[in-house]
Amino acid sequence: MLESLGHLPIGWLLIAPLAAAGFFAFYSGRTQIGALSTGSSISARLHSQPNYHGYFLAFSTILPAAIIFLIYLMFGDIYARSVLEGELPDYLVARGDANVSFFMDRVAEQAGLRESAVSGNLLFDSSVERFAYLKGFARAVALFVAIIAGAAGFHWGRKQLPRDFPARTFVERTIQGLLFICAAIAILTTLGIVLSLIYETVRFFSLPDGPSVWEFLFGTDWNAQTGQNFGAVPLFFGTLMVALLAMCVAVPIGLFSAIYLSEYASPRFRNWAKPALELLAGIPTVVYGFFAAILIAPLVRGFAQWINALPFTPDTLLAAQPTSALAAGLVMGIMIIPFVSSLSDDVISAVPQSLRDGALAMGATRSETIKQVVLPAALPGIIAAILLAVSRAIGETMIVVMAAGGRALITLDPTSDITTVTYQIVALLTGDTAFDSAKTVSAFALGFTLFGITLIFNVIALRVVERYREAYE
Amino acid sequence: MSERNLSPAMATAERLRKRHNAEKRFKLYGQIALGIAIGFLALLLGSIASRATTAFSRHMVEITLERPDLAETSNITVSGVNGAVRDRLLEQFPEAQTERTARSDVFSITTRLAVIPLRDRLRANPEIAQDPIVARLALSDDLDLYLKNEIRRHRSEPLGPAGRLSQTEIGLFRLTAAGPDGFIAFQDRIQALGEDRQDILISLSGAWFEFEAVSGAVLILSHLAGPLPELGEQSNAQISATHLNSRSADRRISNRQIGIVLHLLERGQISRRFNGSLFTSADSTYPELAGAAAALIGSLFTMLVTALLALPVGIMAAVYLEEFAKKSRMTRAIEVNINNLAAVPSIIFGLLGAAVFLNTLGLPRSVPLVGGLVLGLLVLPTIIIAFRAALRAVPPSVRDAALGLGASQSQAVFHHVLPLATPGILTGAIIAMARALGETAPLLLIGMVAFISDIPASPNDESTVLPVLIYKWFSGAERAWEPMTAAVIVILLTVLVAMNLVAVLLRRRFERRW
Repeated sequence: MLESLGHLPIGWLLIAPLAAAGFFAFYSGRTQIGALSTGSSISARLHSQPNYHGYFLAFSTILPAAIIFLIYLMFGDIYARSVLEGELPDYLVARGDANVSFFMDRVAEQAGLRESAVSGNLLFDSSVERFAYLKGFARAVALFVAIIAGAAGFHWGRKQLPRDFPARTFVERTIQGLLFICAAIAILTTLGIVLSLIYETVRFFSLPDGPSVWEFLFGTDWNAQTGQNFGAVPLFFGTLMVALLAMCVAVPIGLFSAIYLSEYASPRFRNWAKPALELLAGIPTVVYGFFAAILIAPLVRGFAQWINALPFTPDTLLAAQPTSALAAGLVMGIMIIPFVSSLSDDVISAVPQSLRDGALAMGATRSETIKQVVLPAALPGIIAAILLAVSRAIGETMIVVMAAGGRALITLDPTSDITTVTYQIVALLTGDTAFDSAKTVSAFALGFTLFGITLIFNVIALRVVERYREAYE
Repeated sequence: MSERNLSPAMATAERLRKRHNAEKRFKLYGQIALGIAIGFLALLLGSIASRATTAFSRHMVEITLERPDLAETSNITVSGVNGAVRDRLLEQFPEAQTERTARSDVFSITTRLAVIPLRDRLRANPEIAQDPIVARLALSDDLDLYLKNEIRRHRSEPLGPAGRLSQTEIGLFRLTAAGPDGFIAFQDRIQALGEDRQDILISLSGAWFEFEAVSGAVLILSHLAGPLPELGEQSNAQISATHLNSRSADRRISNRQIGIVLHLLERGQISRRFNGSLFTSADSTYPELAGAAAALIGSLFTMLVTALLALPVGIMAAVYLEEFAKKSRMTRAIEVNINNLAAVPSIIFGLLGAAVFLNTLGLPRSVPLVGGLVLGLLVLPTIIIAFRAALRAVPPSVRDAALGLGASQSQAVFHHVLPLATPGILTGAIIAMARALGETAPLLLIGMVAFISDIPASPNDESTVLPVLIYKWFSGAERAWEPMTAAVIVILLTVLVAMNLVAVLLRRRFERRW
């Protein structure tokens, strides 16, 4: 009985009785008050409308039960696992933690299947049965407690419902609380990111085969896949190089596009050109990666070979690799154009018209007005836009994964293949992810660095944007 | 010419001319920049679309199975059906029976697994095996690509009527010319080509040979495919030489396979059809059998989870921040936090998913549930920002009016502001979902790149999503993956464009100017 309960995919089933109980409580609360108010003008003297009494009763029923379910969701599996792990035979425990947790993962997965197949391995099958039993037990307890909690909440709520009970105030406060929790999820996400990155990074530096912080930040030899060399300088260098190449494309094109669109273009032209530019931002990065690898990288290579073949250059001047920093940088630049242009467009449009009118009235041409009045006024905002774009370029993944190669080199040759922080994170964490080798955990140290750098850029940029917005409002 | 030599009026005119030129140049820069950006957009879309076109059709070879042994249910396995197909192929190409490489050339025009749709059909209703069945099997990817790309570059030339065909002692064939000039002109051209000569196939009334040598009025050939004409008879049929564009050593398919395919093409047994399995099949290791159906369903499940997480939470958070929050340090912290979170690289969210959802909470790898949660957190900040903008667009007079009539703040928000902001909220939601649909990097880190050959049935089954499938197929070694990848990109972009169109239409239809 408990075993079959443990096998059930119960997560979705829990929502149904919860919703049913909520509806029942709602109608019960509403009719209770409704019964009081029919036939007389008593409803005018109620503090809240009948609906609110319904909501109040529904909340007071659902919330306690939901909290119990949440607790079960968080701790149910952990409970079943820890009990079962304590019961495992000694010879399995003696094989080490990694083996035990692998075994437990397989047991949990098997127990989660609806039809329990018999594998023939006696220990495994009995563990699956036991796990399902424990899970079923935990579920039964959770269900029981939840029913009691819900019933108690319902009972309490009904007792609170004489006619002058301020049900609306109560309901609105509860809703506000829920809204606040939702808003705080953003903070929780940040906390989750920061804590998990810090935790794994600290673990990385304390692993016996992990490097020291100094070695990681300033070492020039990176070979995480096969060796144990974790000097990340080539990665930082490659990231910087691709980002720089991208900005060389994105900043002039984006800025001039923004200036043209906001200062010169007719409204009709603007109406179709702006969405076209924004289309560039809507294309998934994996598509850009494909474009870079299939079309641009061979072009870059051909160009490099042509330069090498010129009579006055040495034949080995450029590396001319099939994948290259230049190919990735060029395409990333195209991808970033709309970021630069739409943000710059916003700040340029925010410059008060009176400044332009003043300059034009003094006899300046439009380009002189733009260069000497509008751009200086918009400069902080434009710099912020560029900073945001740089942060975007540093964190971009798929284009470099598909078009920049993977060799950890420090070279100024843009036609050579290089590697970046994001490329290495993907390479290290795709495939098997046992979280105990320095190889996989090093991805988190890289991620932490990436997060830190982009955060600095973002904070500065957002600050500038905000100040700037205040200055003209 | 320096300005000092000019009269003041001329100097002014000169300066003005320069300033106006600068003005024109400046405007031109803007036009060039826009032109480059839009040109790249066109180049990107055009190059992908042109690569994708070939993947939407494929060549199928028709083989008629008449053998009643398929009627036994026990025999309806991949090997059983495949055996029957191979028997028919050997019947058609008996010359391949004796030699091993020739046999494998014949068998490998389709892959073993190409019979799976036929097997499923036979399993569903075994009685159809009583009559002859026309099995339509996908041609192997290399041959398919050859037919699509290379065959146009074949150059055929007539060599005049044939004389006698006879077999030499070492298994080669001698073909004499019936005409008075023999093959002299052909011989001269072959000699002129010398080392540059590519492979040449010779066809004679349905049979295909590989050209070995020519001298005067005699061709030395080796037989590739198709029924041999009567040996030793004067045939007078036309000989035709087909110049290929490459040598067999330089490509993945042999001359015999080309001969077989050309023979089948002549007989109408190979036809080019719409590649339906691209939309109905799951992933496969063979490009000609692979499809995007599993990834489509996987994307659907992932988006479902993302929407279930991000939309309600996003609405509630936006309502709180925009309508209820008092200016406190906490609110301010949340706002700054959301703005910063929106600019965090997406791969960081993948790390969060790997560390928290997989490692700490022990959720399964490669499932849409986890993928959806990660993407939900990823788009949440953007969604909140968009929803807040939608709420802000509702004028304060609406709130004031509601409050003035005695509504509570909650009533004003939920009964009046929120309904009025719905179009804006929907638009923002669709655009955010489109962004989540195209996201790749974080999903790689939580293992959604696994090879999945079954279509997932629930968000808890292992699966992959469209952008990850693009990345996977892109990494495939065979050349046939490239058009397939482009085809999936076209599918993905079509979905994205459709979503954005809906968003634009919604905005147009319901936009209100206050």
